Amino acid sequence: MPLLVSDLPTSNICNVNIAVCVKQVPDSWAEKKMVAGVLDRESAEAVLNDLDEYAVEEALRIVEAHGGNGDAGPHKITVISMGPSRATDAARKALSMGADSAIVVTDGALAGSDAIATSRVLAKVITDGNFDLVICGTESTDARMSVVPAMIAQRLNWASLTFAGSLVVAPDTGDISITRVTESGVDLIKAKLPAVVSVIEKINEPRYPSFKGIMAAKKKVMDVRDLASLSLDANTVGIVGAWSVVEDAVARPARSAGIKVVDEGNAGNALVEFLVEKKLI
Amino acid sequence: MSEVVILAQFVDGKIAKASLELIAFGARAGSVTALVLAEVGAGPALAGQLNVGSVSEVLVLESADFAKHGVAAAAEAIASVVSEKKPAALLISSSAFGKEVAGCVAVSTDSGIITDAVDFSAELRATQLVFGGSTTVHSRITHGCSIITLRPNSIAPDMAPATPQISIKQMSVGDLAKLALTVSTQPPVTGGRPDLTEAQYIVSGGRGTNGDFGPVEALADALGAAVGASRAATDAGWYPHSLQVGQTGKTVSPQLYVACGISGAIQHRAGMQTSKTIVAINKDPDAPIFELADFGVVGDLFAVLPQVTDGVRARKS
Repeated sequence: MPLLVSDLPTSNICNVNIAVCVKQVPDSWAEKKMVAGVLDRESAEAVLNDLDEYAVEEALRIVEAHGGNGDAGPHKITVISMGPSRATDAARKALSMGADSAIVVTDGALAGSDAIATSRVLAKVITDGNFDLVICGTESTDARMSVVPAMIAQRLNWASLTFAGSLVVAPDTGDISITRVTESGVDLIKAKLPAVVSVIEKINEPRYPSFKGIMAAKKKVMDVRDLASLSLDANTVGIVGAWSVVEDAVARPARSAGIKVVDEGNAGNALVEFLVEKKLI
Repeated sequence: MSEVVILAQFVDGKIAKASLELIAFGARAGSVTALVLAEVGAGPALAGQLNVGSVSEVLVLESADFAKHGVAAAAEAIASVVSEKKPAALLISSSAFGKEVAGCVAVSTDSGIITDAVDFSAELRATQLVFGGSTTVHSRITHGCSIITLRPNSIAPDMAPATPQISIKQMSVGDLAKLALTVSTQPPVTGGRPDLTEAQYIVSGGRGTNGDFGPVEALADALGAAVGASRAATDAGWYPHSLQVGQTGKTVSPQLYVACGISGAIQHRAGMQTSKTIVAINKDPDAPIFELADFGVVGDLFAVLPQVTDGVRARKS
C-alpha cells in the first residue's frame, strides 16, 4: 500500500521561523589538545564550524525561494549557538551571510558539556523561541558525533530529518521532505513542520559574506543568554552534568614515513613485493 | 552476571560483520542479548544467524514501522528494551543510523553516550581515537546504561557455535516515532564491492585521477577492496559523496589503505590515518600523504597502478 504524506498530521505555516544551530570550533587546520579531559578551546583559533555554513546557506535558500527574510519578506532566520563568550564570532559570521538575528548561550558552567547537555540547552532555546524548523550541520569538525540534531528532535518531539542531501520545504502546507544520504543508501523522507533537519555538505555551496552583509551584521541583534535566563540548572550541563567521564587522554606517537621510491618503471612491482612481505596478499 | 544488549543489524538479510564484532565486545562485560529489529515475518530467519559467539539470548521485535519510520522507530523499540532489562551496556555499530539511534535512546533513557569507540573493556570502559587519530581517550559512562557505539573492524568476531534462547515479539511504535515517513529507499551504489567502513582493504582516488577511477577500481577489485575518494574527487562529481573518506566523510581503519593521487590534506588524513598499513602513490614528491605512508611511490598513478594490479592478480592466481 503506498504511503501518503496526507496520512501525517497537518500543520499550516505561512511564515517560516527558522533556527540554525551553529558551533564555534577550533580551526580544523590547527593542532588540538586536551587539558584535564576537555578539549582546550582557548589554544586554537576558533572558526564557524565548516559544516554549519551549509545549514545557514540552506536556510537562506529556503526563505529566498519563498519571498525572503529581513526587509525582503515574511520569513525569519535566527542563529543559535552555545559556547564560550567568543562564540558570538561564529554567530556573527552566520549573520553576515544573511541570517536576521542570533541567540548565543554562554555560561561558565557550560564548559565540558557532552552531547546530552548540548542538546538539552539547544532544545530549551528552541522551545522558548516559537520556531517551525531547525537546521543544523551534520556534525562538528571537533567532536564529530553527529548525534545532536537527532537528540534535539527527540527532546522536542519533532520530526527528525537528518543527513539531508537535498531539502524541500513548502511554507503554505508545512510539508517538508529530504533525501537522506548515508552509508546505508539514499532515502526519501517526508514529514510536516515542525522539524529538525541536518544537512550534509553536498546540499549546496555556501555563499561568502558580502561587504554589505558584514556591515549589516554588526547592527543585527545578538541576544546573549546565560543558563539562569533559560531557567536551566547548571548541574545538568558542563563537566558536572556530563554523563560520560574521560579517564585519560594520551597523545599517540606520530606516524612516521616509511619507504619512498621514485617510479622509474618498476615501482609498481616493488609495491607488490612490499604487500607480499606484509602478508597483505 | 550483568547483561549487555547489542543491536544486531543485517545487510541483505545477512548478519553484518560489525554486529558479530559487537557480540565479541559484549561478552567481555556480561551475558549478551542480541536485539533484532525485523520486518513482520522476517524474525526467525534473522534470529537463526545469531547462534554464534557468546549470545545467550536473542530478542526479536517485529514491526512494519521499522522500515517506515527509521531512526525514531528503532530508538523507541530499543529504549523500551533498555528500560525493561536495565542492561549494563547497549552496544551499537557506529554508522549514521547507529549513532543517531544511540543518541535518541540515551536521551529517552537518561543515559550517557560514547560514540565511535574502537575498544570496550570488561569494566565498560571505551577507547576512542580522537582528533584524527592523534590522541587516545579512555572514558566511561556515569549515568544510566552505558550506551556505546563501536567502529567496525575493531575486534575479531567469535564464530564458535552457540545455542541462544530466542524470543520473537510483534510490536508497533507510538505516534511520536511516526512523525517522519520513509517513502522510498535506494541501496548504496557499491558496484558489488565491500562496504567502505567495514572493508579490510581500501583503494582511494583523489584529484590526481582527473576523474578516471578505472585504474583505482581495477586494483580494488584485484585486492577485493572497497573504493574510496577524497573530497576533491567527490566535490568534482567524479565519485559518490557516500564514498568520501576524511573529516567530512567516512572515517576508516582498514588493514591496507592505498591513496592514489591524493595529496593528503589534514582533513583527508583525519579519516584514514589509523589504517594499519598506508600506501601512497602521487606525482608530487612533497605531497603530505608521504609523511604517513609506510610505502610511498612518487610517480604517475596511471603507470604505477596497472603494474600493481597485474602483480596482485599474478600473486593471487
